[in-house]
Amino acid sequence: MTNKSSSPIVLYGTRFLSPYIMLFGFYVIFHGHYSPGGGFQGGTLLAVSLLLIRIASGTDLAQLQFKEYLTTPLAALGVVIYFGTGLTALIMGGYFLDYEELPIPGLEPAYLRYWGILIIELGIGLTVMTVLTLIYDNMVKGEDYA
Amino acid sequence: MLDFFMGHYAYWFTMILLAIGLYGMLIKKNLVKKTIGLSIFQAGVILFFVSVAMKWGATVPVKADGLPVSEVSNYMNALPHTLMLTAIVVGVATLGVAYALIIKIYNRYGTLDEEELLDKIQ
Amino acid sequence: MIIAFTLVLLFAASDLPFRGDPDNQMNQEVSMTGTEVAGNYYIQEAYHDAHTPNIVTVILGDYRSVDTLGEQIVIFTAGLITFLLLRNRKEGEEDDE
Repeated sequence: MTNKSSSPIVLYGTRFLSPYIMLFGFYVIFHGHYSPGGGFQGGTLLAVSLLLIRIASGTDLAQLQFKEYLTTPLAALGVVIYFGTGLTALIMGGYFLDYEELPIPGLEPAYLRYWGILIIELGIGLTVMTVLTLIYDNMVKGEDYA
Repeated sequence: MLDFFMGHYAYWFTMILLAIGLYGMLIKKNLVKKTIGLSIFQAGVILFFVSVAMKWGATVPVKADGLPVSEVSNYMNALPHTLMLTAIVVGVATLGVAYALIIKIYNRYGTLDEEELLDKIQ
Repeated sequence: MIIAFTLVLLFAASDLPFRGDPDNQMNQEVSMTGTEVAGNYYIQEAYHDAHTPNIVTVILGDYRSVDTLGEQIVIFTAGLITFLLLRNRKEGEEDDE
């Protein structure tokens, strides 16, 4: 599916829309504590903003936006962020994923939980975004040789 | 009678969705259509759980000013929402794996029809 | 057979409690066996425990965080499976022919 869309309207329209969708994805992740939202939904929106460029302008041109070889290491990094948060709490003397023991000074336990939830949501968002992009890239690559 | 209908029509709707999904998975011969049936079945299950979590006169489970959390009937049950949120994303990942397998099958055998596939394998 | 399945499901759904009734068994404070119901505990204590107004986020990230870790690993594994299935198409075709 490397043949790009022939119409320039589609190309420029997706280029115009993609940063705003990405911004909305970040808003959904970081505002997930106060409104419906969170890591899964925001990660999906980020993936949509990447896939829009990939569908409209072809995989080759979309490498300028997000490199294909970055997807698997970033997905692993998301899992490591989540697991590392839990392991840090475990090392500092609490239970696994017990955010009260995180080594952030000067915060009472309830706000430590607040920040702990935000950190793991970032990890979830990173993993969901990169895995959805990875699935699309691999499906396109598998189709090319058919 | 009207009360009985108003209390149950959402359940009946999800049951009909389950039946459509099962029909797609069992009767259709094309593998892509079977996958679409699987997706419809999953949507039925998710809608059933979310409709169970609903309460009349309640609002979404985000704490608002003026609605005390000690009064449980102010907020909907948040547990099914959480479970279905993760189930949706896992469903998307499952669909990705299913389509990867389908692409692999098509590259090797050149067809997606179930009976033709069985003939070619033997 | 599918029609029979549908009829059984519709009949069973008619015996479910009314949708959205706040007095359902699932929305009571204490369940049939005398234990506390989890959904009410989450609604009452989530803001006090984590100072986060969104109750779904608190359940997802705090009370059920190990479950969410499992979900994330499932997603990551699904991505790895597509990667491993669909790479090296050229070598696969050489083997086939």
